[in-house]
Amino acid sequence: MNPKEIAERITKTPRFTSGHRMCGGCAAPIIVRTILAATEKPVVAANATGCLEVASTIYPFSSWDIPWIHSAFENAPATISGVIAAYEAAKKRGRIKEDVKFVAFGGDGSSYDIGIQSLSGALERGHDFVYVCYDNEGYMNTGGQRSGATPFGASTTTDPAGKVRKGKQENKKDLVRIAAAHNIPYAAKASVSNLPDLFMKAEKAFKVKGPAVLVVLSTCPTLWGTMPKDTITMAKRAVDSCAWPLYEIENGRCRITYKPSSKLPVAEFLRPQRRFRHVFMPGNEKELNEIQKRVDEGWEELLRICDGS
Amino acid sequence: MAAKGKTVPLTGNYAIAEAMRQINPDVVAAYPITPQTSIVETFSKFANDGRVDTEIVRVESEHSAMSACVGASMAGARAMTATCSAGLALMYEIVGVASGLRCPIVMPVANRAISAPINIHCDHSDSMGARDLGWIQIYNETAQEAYENVFLALKLAEHPDIQLPVMVCEDGFITSHCVQNVRIYDDAVMKKFAGERKPIHSLLDLKEPISVGAIELQDYFFETKRQQQDAMEKVPKVYLEVAEELSKITGNKYGFFEEYKMKDAEAVIVTMSSAAGTTRAVVDKMRSEGKKVGLLKIRLFRPFPYEEVARALSKAKNVAVLDRSMSFGAHAPLYGEIRNALYEMEKKPGLQSYVFGLGGRDLLESHVRQAFNDMLTGKVSREKRYLGLREASE
Repeated sequence: MNPKEIAERITKTPRFTSGHRMCGGCAAPIIVRTILAATEKPVVAANATGCLEVASTIYPFSSWDIPWIHSAFENAPATISGVIAAYEAAKKRGRIKEDVKFVAFGGDGSSYDIGIQSLSGALERGHDFVYVCYDNEGYMNTGGQRSGATPFGASTTTDPAGKVRKGKQENKKDLVRIAAAHNIPYAAKASVSNLPDLFMKAEKAFKVKGPAVLVVLSTCPTLWGTMPKDTITMAKRAVDSCAWPLYEIENGRCRITYKPSSKLPVAEFLRPQRRFRHVFMPGNEKELNEIQKRVDEGWEELLRICDGS
Repeated sequence: MAAKGKTVPLTGNYAIAEAMRQINPDVVAAYPITPQTSIVETFSKFANDGRVDTEIVRVESEHSAMSACVGASMAGARAMTATCSAGLALMYEIVGVASGLRCPIVMPVANRAISAPINIHCDHSDSMGARDLGWIQIYNETAQEAYENVFLALKLAEHPDIQLPVMVCEDGFITSHCVQNVRIYDDAVMKKFAGERKPIHSLLDLKEPISVGAIELQDYFFETKRQQQDAMEKVPKVYLEVAEELSKITGNKYGFFEEYKMKDAEAVIVTMSSAAGTTRAVVDKMRSEGKKVGLLKIRLFRPFPYEEVARALSKAKNVAVLDRSMSFGAHAPLYGEIRNALYEMEKKPGLQSYVFGLGGRDLLESHVRQAFNDMLTGKVSREKRYLGLREASE
């Protein structure tokens, strides 16, 4: 489906409506709308505490035109497990007939860190739902702290680029492969910069029987220190530099869904971002080289895994 | 529609699982923890043998157990779990979510001490620590009471005026694992009593999509909390209505508390759960010795029946309150409530706090007798006293 057709589908069934209070340039609403348009079946959503939840349901307003539940930060997968169990019971006891889809949304803080147990449990139990992590690489509902999704070298408020320690010195977790290690039917990495790819992955995620996980790069002008108008450009550079490769693992088979024709130097992705400003300061060339090296290694490893399968 | 049922030797946990079998809830999400485990084990066997068709969510923690129950409950299901101690502590955050979202979840609790030191035996520090989280709390002396009060709790929780979750507490090991004669009433009668949940709103109502769990800031949060309080204040009336209905089946009484030989009692012990059994035995013995002693056993701890308790204690000379938990740096929980209840009485009885049985230490008849003797001889003070404790000097 091309972007125009996707846009038409979104407009036809606006399941997440405008009027929310997400920051200008936040990619999360685009991701949510695209994913919710990828199935025409009724959808019930759970949402972890986070920017998306806080900014979309300030009582008495709600941007959700589908049944939606928020309970806490670390438990969206467990919450949707309960909703699905209620649905299965209602179906069994003849109280509902419709085929309903279930989705849970969480940011990277809830998905990679505080809620990873809840996510792991729900994946292991095999509930039929789609888990979506909109990954902006930091705790943004609390204002820009380091998470397990923050990439190597990035400056955050709890791990800032200082005189002796220059931001995060550890790698980002690989949530897609963690999810795939549960032997679920579908896990994929997507980006807000490639909506046809995201849409295709969301369609697959809704179609498979059992859990599916989508980890979607979600530009955050507030954390990244970028201009709202550059949200899509920034995410595209992440993809084209292979810092955020697009791939899927379907029934254990890995496939890269987009290969940049020529790999962009990672500096092109990092330079406009305030969180990486320090790596462009004189004397910090080592930091930039290290980031490039780790991105290259990650891409090479992915090529090995995917092409080798 | 009195139901004869059959009397069978059961543990408290098995009796609770029997209640759950008869209820056949839509969803049970639970995690094992000693001494609750045999509730969920027994129920899982019922499910896997096809005796119930409940959807069981075999979660990876109590936090997820309560989270799944909240999700299920908001999707219109009758949802249950069971826990205690560290499990209740782990789910604490979502325990507050459950009441705040007005989920009528029923949760048996096999009371067990809170760590540290780790201890698997009974005291009430787990559920007492959660007493301000907006749940109704019913404490049970016996397996029979626990079994019957699961039904009472269910109907109370789901009443349209209430819509609040309920903890049904039994003493870990003492009640949960001891075999007692329990009368299990006829399935058909109990199933009819339990009926079906009729949710006011549901996430599965696809025509009327709702947003559950919105953020409320300075402009609405306070009013929502006030509504929770209003619902709690309606509990006593509905509790008695449900109790009357249940009474028609069982012939038993379900007051907020039980009064035993209280009419002319000069010395009274107020306590809860299995300690009431020991106390009742001592009351009988001391009565036969001509001592005017009585027992007030609290069942409904949240909401607390202040006025009714004050009336019940109005004729006593001295009252000993036996708590199975502490509130460090403050009055023990039950003692504190009794003290509150007596505040407006013109002629107040003497009041004494005793803490007993932490970490499963036995409450002996001699301890109860000691407390009664203190009350009969006017040994009432504001000091904290402990029953069955080795003090440093000993």
